[in-house]
Amino acid sequence: MSATDSVHETVDAVYQSDSRRVLATLIRLLGDFDVAEEAMHDAFRAALEQWPKDGVPGNPRAWLVSAGRFKAIDGMRRQKRFDSLDEENHQADVAIIDSAAWADAESVEDDRLRLIFTCCHPALAFDAQVALTLREVCGLTTEEIGRAFLTPAPTLAQRIVRAKGKIRDARIPYQVPAPAELPERLEAVLRVVYLVFNEGYSASSGTALTRHDLSAEAIRLGRLVVELLPAPEAVGLLALMLLQESRRAARTSPSGEIVLLDDQDRSLWNREQIAEGSRLVRTALESRRFGPYTLQAAIAAVHAEAPEASATDWAEIVGLYDALLRLDDSPVIELNRAVALAMRDGPAAGLAAIDAIVARGDLRDYRLVHAARAEFCRRLGRTAEALAAYRKALALTRQEPERRFIERRIAEIGP
Amino acid sequence: MKYLCLVYLERDKLHAVPDRECQACGDGFRKSGLLVAAEALEPIDTATTVRVRNGKMSITDGPFAETKEQLAGFYLIEARDLNEAIQVASKIPPAREGSIEVRPVRQLNP
Repeated sequence: MSATDSVHETVDAVYQSDSRRVLATLIRLLGDFDVAEEAMHDAFRAALEQWPKDGVPGNPRAWLVSAGRFKAIDGMRRQKRFDSLDEENHQADVAIIDSAAWADAESVEDDRLRLIFTCCHPALAFDAQVALTLREVCGLTTEEIGRAFLTPAPTLAQRIVRAKGKIRDARIPYQVPAPAELPERLEAVLRVVYLVFNEGYSASSGTALTRHDLSAEAIRLGRLVVELLPAPEAVGLLALMLLQESRRAARTSPSGEIVLLDDQDRSLWNREQIAEGSRLVRTALESRRFGPYTLQAAIAAVHAEAPEASATDWAEIVGLYDALLRLDDSPVIELNRAVALAMRDGPAAGLAAIDAIVARGDLRDYRLVHAARAEFCRRLGRTAEALAAYRKALALTRQEPERRFIERRIAEIGP
Repeated sequence: MKYLCLVYLERDKLHAVPDRECQACGDGFRKSGLLVAAEALEPIDTATTVRVRNGKMSITDGPFAETKEQLAGFYLIEARDLNEAIQVASKIPPAREGSIEVRPVRQLNP
């Protein structure tokens, strides 16, 4: 391998590990996402030209930020020579060049948080927050995001352009929110991370039940948030994602069929992820300032720690769902509690809890309500009711593996 | 940077917040150097719409489009960025009855 090749490899490696940090700092220095992105690419291009000749600099990231900043300012200057030479703009230039503050370690670390909070700003449409975060923070291409979300790339590109336009025109500041706003703003960030994870964990439509890349990306993102801002709920969410992810290999059979939690081969569970997830749950719970993500993670940890399905501590799980409902009385959580209740007290108790939710008018078109009802009726030997409920669930599901699972059940008990 | 905070209220809530409170809010913003201008508006049935087409003026009664909430007033503020503008908007009393639309003011480029 020639020296040039090995420098190319180094540049690639630095791109992988540091391009997002370089971008985050350039956005702060240049005040514009698009200008910063172009500057970053110019900087890496310059590295490919210069590093083989001059050697790899001692601090490649600082070199890249400097080079990017220089290229962008140079570009602005040239642009201005064509436009006009007005004094005010010239002074703004000088201010950018003279500011040495960019280099100190703390503001550079904060840049990544600034970038995350800006991409997940609640003044942006939620779809746009997700797309922008994957694009700018994770470095995914628009095509990659489009494939993962089954959305045409031009639609996504448009979403991203609009969001950047709003950041610029409405002046969404590039900053970490003030302490008073932080809890609410962090919640918005975690919502984006968890949506990305769920999109990868269980696709809402399409043939593939899991889209591993997105889940891995969400976990990476969750780790970054915890590293930069170790708030209990951020830790709780990371734990939740790890614990859910730990079951990936067991969730589907080799032929792609769904395997329910009870029937999963627990030797396929990822012990490393379970250990890390459980440890993080304890950290978050000990803070006593935890929220719904931590409680959900605690539930996942109870499952993960049971050596076999029959050893699951259902009483503990029902108790955790009760705590969760006190924070967030959503009908979906109530449904999950009903399932846990059925495991603790028998299917009749679960059925009664579900019927109470539906009687209130909630979740009538939610496929999992009908699937759970069907399951309880089946166990109670109420076959006709079970069949009717399975058919309702079947009509509402859009996932291919889920459809096959329900069809299998219907075939098993059907006349 | 200037932001226009547009106050929208449903018809039957136009007087849900006492005038005294809105006045005090505006005075407070002015003292903090945040306020450029603020006014409340008469209800939408007093509105007249003016258009000029092919040099000819036409006048019609009422607003261009009927919506559930109507523009009830505005606060033109000076804020550092959208975060500050959002903080200011959240303190406008009708925010708890209707909604406040925060719009950045565009600089004309003549």
